[in-house]
Amino acid sequence: MAEHHIRCTVNGQARRGIVESRTTLADFLREGLGLTGTHLACEHGVCGACTVTVDGRAIRSCLMLAVQAEGATVTTVEGLAGADGTLSPVQQAFMDAHGLQCGFCTPGFVMSVTAFLEANPDPTDSEIREGISGNLCRCTGYQGIVEAVRLAATRLRAAEVGA
Amino acid sequence: MKAAPFDHHAPETVAEAAALLAEFGDEAKVLAGGQSLLPLLSLRLTRFEHLVDVHRVAELHGITRTDDALRVGAATLQAEAEHDAVVAAAVPLLARALPHIGHFQIRNRGTVGGSLAHADPASELPTVALTLGATFEAASVRGTREIAADDFFTGTWSTALAEDEILVGTRFPVWAGRTGYGFAEVARRHGDFALAGVAAAVALDADDRITRVAVGMLGVGATPVRAGAAEAALLGTAPDAAAVTEAARAGMAALEPADDLHATGAYRRRVGAHLMETALGAAIEEARRG
Repeated sequence: MAEHHIRCTVNGQARRGIVESRTTLADFLREGLGLTGTHLACEHGVCGACTVTVDGRAIRSCLMLAVQAEGATVTTVEGLAGADGTLSPVQQAFMDAHGLQCGFCTPGFVMSVTAFLEANPDPTDSEIREGISGNLCRCTGYQGIVEAVRLAATRLRAAEVGA
Repeated sequence: MKAAPFDHHAPETVAEAAALLAEFGDEAKVLAGGQSLLPLLSLRLTRFEHLVDVHRVAELHGITRTDDALRVGAATLQAEAEHDAVVAAAVPLLARALPHIGHFQIRNRGTVGGSLAHADPASELPTVALTLGATFEAASVRGTREIAADDFFTGTWSTALAEDEILVGTRFPVWAGRTGYGFAEVARRHGDFALAGVAAAVALDADDRITRVAVGMLGVGATPVRAGAAEAALLGTAPDAAAVTEAARAGMAALEPADDLHATGAYRRRVGAHLMETALGAAIEEARRG
């Protein structure tokens, strides 16, 4: 059973660890680094709860091996808020638009939506629905989530104009 | 669930990867983006002692255009190909099929070659490769060889690649002249595996007669399949809408999709004929404008 020493940057900090070949990035983040905001549900790439960004791309961390993250830059939901706890625009929009109920799927949604709005700052409703189609929510019926994405998009565009 | 233990190998050249495959034989599997293999391992539907991870093999990455072909390196990300202007201009059918693969998070890890070598009969890229008559480049310690798309897909999740071979790249033919393309599929939810889908390409002469036509289907057999009867019905004609409908009906009638958990064969046949009509209609319309 091979073990690997890995080094990567997680939420701006240099991190290292020892992992088995089969350890997923999700398990390394949760168990190796204690970053339990990345949630695991299906563990085979269907639910999207474990979504993080690796080198700027949103990916499912249950479908990436920790050893494959050697040298990568990873951002998890813990890395979105400001140092003083100020929520990111997407996080704040989910709160304001009731984009969550139990909250289990929310970290994955927030990570996906953050990446989605960077690529498409002014999405149509149908593009929003496609953009969140890789994340499952069993509480909300998605209406509040779609509203949260709209709200976040509007605020991010306003901030862009103001900047 | 968690995958059973395995050893992870990270070669940096095709030669190193081929040597590992030769050494470990059927105990090894190539790992590219992992978007199909890792779920299978996590569900313990399959198990390998060794994964040969080709992610860091630089020569497997990249997209190059020649006069008559677009070559996509096997480890090129689906997301990179999806947003590549060269791909969109050279092989529009490929560009149109790519967004139908899974979700954007999947395409951010999934590779073009991984999807082709995995050869799921309900997936998009094998159907595009078969429809356009792509050429597969394979390498092993025994040397390199090329495999025509017609010979590449041998069954569900099965290809002509030998156990010690690695897919290096795929060349998609570039169609010249007045050409048009259509891609259509039906899935229960966006990003799910398609129940059925159609890729279509046509070329027209100055009188709008079809000089070249290719129609491929996914989700209706153990491999992607060509709808030869539809192609034969259209070649050399300048079809109106009714003729396209009839060609699609004939194309689908020659195929026998099976029943499974997700849809009956009868449903697939019906929806397949409609999708073929839609994809062919769009392709012909686009070619006429060109």
